[in-house]
Amino acid sequence: MRTDVNKATDFDVRLQDAICVNESHLQHKWYHNLKYLITGILFGIVFVKAEIISWFRIQEMFRLQSFHMYGVIGSAVVTGMLSVWLIKKFNLKTIYGEVIEFHPKKFNKGQIYGGLIFGLGWALTGACPGPLFAQIGTGATVVIITLLSAIAGTWVYGLLRERLPH
Amino acid sequence: MIEFLKQPWPWYVAGPLIGLTVPALLLLGNKSFGISSSLRHICAACMPANIPFFQYNWKKEIWNLVFVSGILLGGIIAVNLLPNTGPIQVNPHLTADLARYGITNFSNLVPQDVISWPALFSARGFIMMVGGGFLVGFGTRYAGGCTSGHAIMGLSNLQWPSLVATICFMAGGFVMANLILPFILSL
Repeated sequence: MRTDVNKATDFDVRLQDAICVNESHLQHKWYHNLKYLITGILFGIVFVKAEIISWFRIQEMFRLQSFHMYGVIGSAVVTGMLSVWLIKKFNLKTIYGEVIEFHPKKFNKGQIYGGLIFGLGWALTGACPGPLFAQIGTGATVVIITLLSAIAGTWVYGLLRERLPH
Repeated sequence: MIEFLKQPWPWYVAGPLIGLTVPALLLLGNKSFGISSSLRHICAACMPANIPFFQYNWKKEIWNLVFVSGILLGGIIAVNLLPNTGPIQVNPHLTADLARYGITNFSNLVPQDVISWPALFSARGFIMMVGGGFLVGFGTRYAGGCTSGHAIMGLSNLQWPSLVATICFMAGGFVMANLILPFILSL
């Protein structure tokens, strides 16, 4: 077992992960989360209707047989960049008046090793984590197995984390 | 209008809509777009097992689990209210290539011939679903994000580590799809 010499705060533990660092100090009632449900629903519909969750489209992308996925990811990144630039330029606040925070991502070797491992899995399953959820929604219930296996993969990473090169 | 929406949407409609998720989540509640973290929160909620990586207050991140539930619901809505009118149109080279491995069913977004309950009990189906899923979960967490967290949110915020991660995602995918997958499909 790990000794708790330098006791990590909750924030430190989550910061190990580039994404889980949202520290909103506002407390909201449960129904405030419904706005994320609606965002997710709209996002899921786009995923399905643009066939981004299609195993076939992912194969086309990795075989350079179609521009579709490159167009989707490329225009999504450009839209995201413009939005982030505008938010920073005009110091936009959240709908609750909070200052919007950005957290820089620190480089570690995990982005290379983990990135390559995820890439292998992406071409096999034809899905990144988001599309897994959408695929299940479209009725491909067997993808529940793929999702459970992905959760197991995340768990094993957590277990081995201290022993992996970062 | 509905007939128009039923057709597969082109990239220049879908891409910007996905990109808008970034400011939407930021403006709605200061949330950084990222999906693979949901898998970590599920681990933290269901089986933390004293692993330090899962010792945090996952309830603070419940919005992320609500968001992915929405994605699942979106899938249900899209196929039931806005179903495609025909089979998926793919590059004829891919169609010909996949036919050599007995993949001829293009009626669903996932190939029924390799990703379905009966296929789960075949060697190639098992490798693709169980093996592939494991690599996705392990790799995204090791990399600290997936296509959404690194390729879209990270690049939007001009983070160079995210560019490194995105290049590695693509490299891994190219190797699998072109060099390894043909052997797996032959099993």
